[in-house]
Formats: sequence, structure tokens, C-alpha cells
Amino acid sequence: MKPAPFLYVPAGTINQALELKARYGNEASFLAGGQSLVPIMNFRLTQPAVLIDINPLTEFAGISDGAGDHVRIGALTRYRDLERDPATEVKLPLIHEALPHIAHPQIRNRGTIGGNLAHADPASEMPAIVLTLGGRLRARSVKGERWIAASDFFTGALSTALAQDEMLVAVELPIAKPFTGFCFLEVARRRGDFAIAGVACMLELDDRGRCVGARIGLCNAADRPILAAKACASLTGQKIGSSEIKQAAALVQTEIDPAGSIHASKEYQRHVAAVLVARGLAMANERAHHGLR
Amino acid sequence: MDCDSHAIVVTVNGTKFSRQVESRLLLSDFLRHDLLLAGTHVGCEHGVCGACTVIVDGAAVRSCLMFAAQAHGHSITTVEGLTPGPERLHPLQEAMRECHGLQCGYCTPGILMTMKAFLDETPMPDEAQIREALSGNLCRCTGYQAIVEAVQMAAQNMRS
Repeated sequence: MKPAPFLYVPAGTINQALELKARYGNEASFLAGGQSLVPIMNFRLTQPAVLIDINPLTEFAGISDGAGDHVRIGALTRYRDLERDPATEVKLPLIHEALPHIAHPQIRNRGTIGGNLAHADPASEMPAIVLTLGGRLRARSVKGERWIAASDFFTGALSTALAQDEMLVAVELPIAKPFTGFCFLEVARRRGDFAIAGVACMLELDDRGRCVGARIGLCNAADRPILAAKACASLTGQKIGSSEIKQAAALVQTEIDPAGSIHASKEYQRHVAAVLVARGLAMANERAHHGLR
Repeated sequence: MDCDSHAIVVTVNGTKFSRQVESRLLLSDFLRHDLLLAGTHVGCEHGVCGACTVIVDGAAVRSCLMFAAQAHGHSITTVEGLTPGPERLHPLQEAMRECHGLQCGYCTPGILMTMKAFLDETPMPDEAQIREALSGNLCRCTGYQAIVEAVQMAAQNMRS
């Protein structure tokens, strides 16, 4: 339960951090909040030769206006700061609702959004949320910067589209539009544990209450966070009532492939996911209608 | 693989300590073995149990998920720094004793430090807030009820 030896380098500047990553590639890991990385280092499931501590790079922490109608969140922004940010509740209600489910207060005091996304645990909440919102992620290396769409970012369990010389520096998420309802729900064995299943729902209505856009994202439902595309398509153009919701929840069950574990079989995870989708859609629909009134 | 060491200066319970630490030394082990502050307990060493919780720059964190080298320049409070003086107890400790908020005591330092940071921020908590704040600390003896009551009592005593 002690990590294997490594070289520790507290980054003085972003360029120093990126140069080290370019030099050592996959042998080096960035250390942000450390709330996922350090446990797996303690278990020796990962043994980076070089640990580049980016905590000193405070310019990558903070919430600001992004391009257009987006919020930009620096990769080093800690969850506790997102929780305390009054604008997040209004602009990113899905994140606000999900934050209390993300581990525990002590973990959120250290854990960062960038570390959570780059770690890309398929059971984790934030990757599914960023995917549901259709966000984009900013990667930086010594060669320059690029945007990666959330839909291209998560490539498998603990795997992302980040190249081995790249650091995730920010995420941009669209601000909640009027007549749009959100809901995040999960079931976990204990508060703060990884979810047996977790669901992020977003429904956008036109002025007559008809669905013009539906997004349903799930965590712990496959080897990566996924969008239930068929279920979303079934809702678009509909006035959403209980039969549409029931149909969407049934479709979700055909679209997911949960791993199963000793705590919850695949079948049970699939069942829970459908129940949560039905509840989440009903709530998101109600909230979107509330915006209409 | 190489392991380097770093000279660090850390303030713990108001006292400045200068030490040379190996990169991979966890903050929890640094506190216990280098500074001989064994009040910080080590349970799971992967961030689940909360026994090793200490306060770093005002925020409760898992000391098993931080390296000692990362604490350089920061200020840490451990359970040893909770009491206002020798032979005296913090109101949280008083209330834990009063309400039977502990049995074996292994989880207690982590719970005290978590609740200290929580009450500093939330001086008038309701029961639901206390339970949420306690959610990251496992206790296998008490069933939590007595701990919740102790925190309620401490909050009241600290206000009056």
C-alpha cells in the first residue's frame, strides 16, 4: 500500500511541465488532485517513473467565460470550488446536481475536474456529464493546443484521446439554455461510492413544449461514458409523456453494456439504469416545462 | 526506478518543520513516522475510510492521497493540534466523550478533523448536513448516530 519509487517534479511553469511530459511520454503522469491517481499508485496498479505535480500551476484553476455561450473551467479547478460557485448552479445545473454524488467532501477538496476527466473512469460521473452536455476539452503540448470534442475524448476504460505529450488544460461547457431541463441521478451502495448506474438527462423543448433535443448520458454502463443515441432520437420531435419515457428507458437498456461486478450483476445494472432514465427524463421534462411557464 | 528526495518546510499545528523526504512518502506516513504525530490514523490507504483526514490550509483532506513533498509551504492541522492546550479538550472531543461518539477510536481522529473543518464552515448545521459531511468517514463501531449527536452538541456549545 505504498507507491513504487518515482521522480517528483513540482512544475514551476506550464512549459516545464509540458517539456517533461514530451520527454518522458507515458512514463510520466501529471499529478493534479491525486484522488484517483494516488490510490492506484498506492496499490501499484500504476507506477509512473516521473510524477509532474501541476498543483503549483494555479493559472489553470478557475471558472471563466468561454467562447460564445460556454463556461470555461480550468483543469485544475477543484470540485469544492465548483460546488461553492453560485454561477455554476445557474449555468451548469447538471454539474451542480451531480457534485454531491462525486465522492466525499474531503475528496472534493482536492479532486479536480481535469484530473477526473483525464483519468476517464467509466464509472465516474463527470465524464458522462461532459459528454451529455456536448462539451469540448482543451489539450496542450509543447507543439501547441487543440480542442477535442467530448464525444471523441473518451476512448475506453481509463483511456482518452490525449496524446502522450498532452495535458488537459480546460473544459468548455455550453451554458444551460431556457426551456431546457436537466437531471442527474445515480444509485450507489453507499453515499459517495461509484454508482451502480448513473444517468444525466437533458431535454430541450420548443415554445409549445415539444422536445427539440434530448441527451441521455450514462456512467458505469459500458467501458466508457456513453450517450444513448437511439433513446435520444426516439424523444426528439415528441411531446414527452409517460409512454415516450417508457420507450426511451427500454431503448437505453439495449444500448448499454455494463460490466457487472460482485456488487451488481449486469442485469441489475441495466435494470437500475432504465429506472433512473425514466425518473431522470420525467424530472428533466418537468423542469423544462417549468422554464416554459 | 529512481526516487529522489526533497527538502520541505511544513507548518504542522503551528510549528515549522524542515525535513528531507523521499518523493513517494505519503503525507500520512510523514506525519506519523517523521514527525511522530501518530494521532493521524491510517486505515485503507486509498482514500476510502477517512481515518487519515487532516486539515491542509483550512480544508479537510485525505493525508494518504497526498505526498509529503506536496505539503511544502503549506499549513497542516492534525488531531494533536485540535486541543486548545494540555489537559484540555476541543468542544468536539468533549461532545464525542459525552455522547459516546466513539468505541474503539480508530476512526475518531479523522472524524474530528473532518468535523472541525465542517463546523468552521457550517456553524449551524442540520442533521442532514452533518450526515453528508460525515459520509467520507467509516466507523464500524458506533452506527454513526452517537457521532451525529456529538457534532450537534459541539456545534451548539461552540456557538454559545
